[in-house]
Amino acid sequence: MQNGNFLRNIWIIMKRELAGYFGSPVAYVFIVIFLLLTGFFTFYVSNFFEAGQADLNGFFQWHPWLFMFLVPSVAMRLWAEERRLGTIELLLTLPVTVTDVVLGKFLAAWCFIGIALSLTFPLVLTVIYLGNPDLGVIFCAYLGSFLMAGTFLSVGSMTSALTRSQVVSFILAVVACLFLILAGFAPVTAMLSGWAPIWLVDLVSSTSVLSHFASISRGVLDMRDLLYYLSVMVFMIVVNGVILQNRESA
Amino acid sequence: MIEVKHLTKQFGHHMAVDDISFTAKKGEILGFLGPNGAGKSTTMRMITGFFPPTSGTVIVGGNDILTQSIAARKKIGYLPENAPVYPDMTVNRYLDFCAEIRGFSGAAKRRRVDETLERCFLTSVRHQAVSTLSKGYKQRVCFAQSILHDPEYLIFDEPTDGLDPNQKHEVRLMIREMSTTKAIIFSTHILDEVDTVCSRAIIIADGKVVADDTPDGLRRRSAFHGSVVLTVQGTAPEGLENGLTELDGVASVSIVEIDGDRRTLRIFPDYPEVPVADRVIASAVKKGLEITSVFVEKGRLDDVFRDITTTTR
Repeated sequence: MQNGNFLRNIWIIMKRELAGYFGSPVAYVFIVIFLLLTGFFTFYVSNFFEAGQADLNGFFQWHPWLFMFLVPSVAMRLWAEERRLGTIELLLTLPVTVTDVVLGKFLAAWCFIGIALSLTFPLVLTVIYLGNPDLGVIFCAYLGSFLMAGTFLSVGSMTSALTRSQVVSFILAVVACLFLILAGFAPVTAMLSGWAPIWLVDLVSSTSVLSHFASISRGVLDMRDLLYYLSVMVFMIVVNGVILQNRESA
Repeated sequence: MIEVKHLTKQFGHHMAVDDISFTAKKGEILGFLGPNGAGKSTTMRMITGFFPPTSGTVIVGGNDILTQSIAARKKIGYLPENAPVYPDMTVNRYLDFCAEIRGFSGAAKRRRVDETLERCFLTSVRHQAVSTLSKGYKQRVCFAQSILHDPEYLIFDEPTDGLDPNQKHEVRLMIREMSTTKAIIFSTHILDEVDTVCSRAIIIADGKVVADDTPDGLRRRSAFHGSVVLTVQGTAPEGLENGLTELDGVASVSIVEIDGDRRTLRIFPDYPEVPVADRVIASAVKKGLEITSVFVEKGRLDDVFRDITTTTR
């Protein structure tokens, strides 16, 4: 019975959150900006048509950098807004656990980003029309992108619980995401490998979303990559819950 | 029954709530009074399980808010200070959500929501977004979510704050209507409200309970309780005050106001329970004075409130 309630509660909270997104302009602004930016980078910076390749590398390679800013902008309101409005007081005195609420809100935001991501489907149709792409690779890349967004989102949700200010939450999340990216960014690993032992370079780059995203978007579904994303998310969500449980004010 | 047991909350070095204990039984409307910052909201937040106390606990209908939190929360309806509601949602959607999360579904949910909308006079705005509503309506929406699941225990944090006099009256009526089967705790700093609504009042100051009594009981603590205020007209003969002082049962007489040949006196009895008004009147009539008004002071709550909350500091 406890289990049934758990899923039911998460579902109800998720539904309310999603309705909240689409009830305000935030959702539409986010989706339009996301689509415009991915389009811009894919066609004008990666030169999708001129490259003459039937793949979407020129599209996916920008995702870590776009998500670094866009995902925290979705995540920043998750808790900071509830605290500012005072609605957190009603939410956390409902007959539900903190886990229900944290997961419900997280999944709603993740689902929303998933919707935005899926709206890039015309690109897939284009590449199918123009050539013979490996659809398995494209599927993996989408999965990797979605997992990476979830990872950033869990970081942003945690920083949002820390503060009442959305701006502070946003900046903290962007910086944290930047670290997660830079640890595996080629210039940074090159700089490290000049003097550090190889195991340290590997260790640092293995904490980065970039190296895990790279292997998934090549079409290699490795358990270790999935485990990486899931463990970061679980860790951040647990921290998020602990922060909420120990809050001393509204 | 809500049992508050040795509830304590410490923020850093500041004792916001310091060992508060009281109980609220069904059928009771408990007024929760105190100056701003006395710890009213903090206490209510601990009763509703919003944050845990530093020590002590609350038992809500037999369930401990700390160890059986979900069961306890199910029995509570809560209206937080400033009545927060999601501004982007319509009234209907919001109450739907509240009903679902409280375990209602299908036809039962719809009936619940409809009934509550009607009870709170919200039917006409049910499809409006909360952000477009006036303060009074917002308050009512939040009020509606607190009574939607027909809880046994209601916790209201300043439910009439920011409402106009008519709306205040409505909220008070609703509170009184529900009180027969429920235990209601509500905080306020409007003392009239305590008189018209509460069956019992608790005054807290600096995180401690300084009074727990009925409104009449509180009034009895007033220095003016039982005193007779007499206004007479006519050329007052010398010694009216002295004459009154010598009456049986009169402790002292003070002059409240002299306005030409009209004077207002306050007569303090020896014992507030022993009426002296008839003798005072007889004495004044005998002196050939015209009595324009006379009443027995019951004591004023705001005097008592000020006395209690300032002397303990």
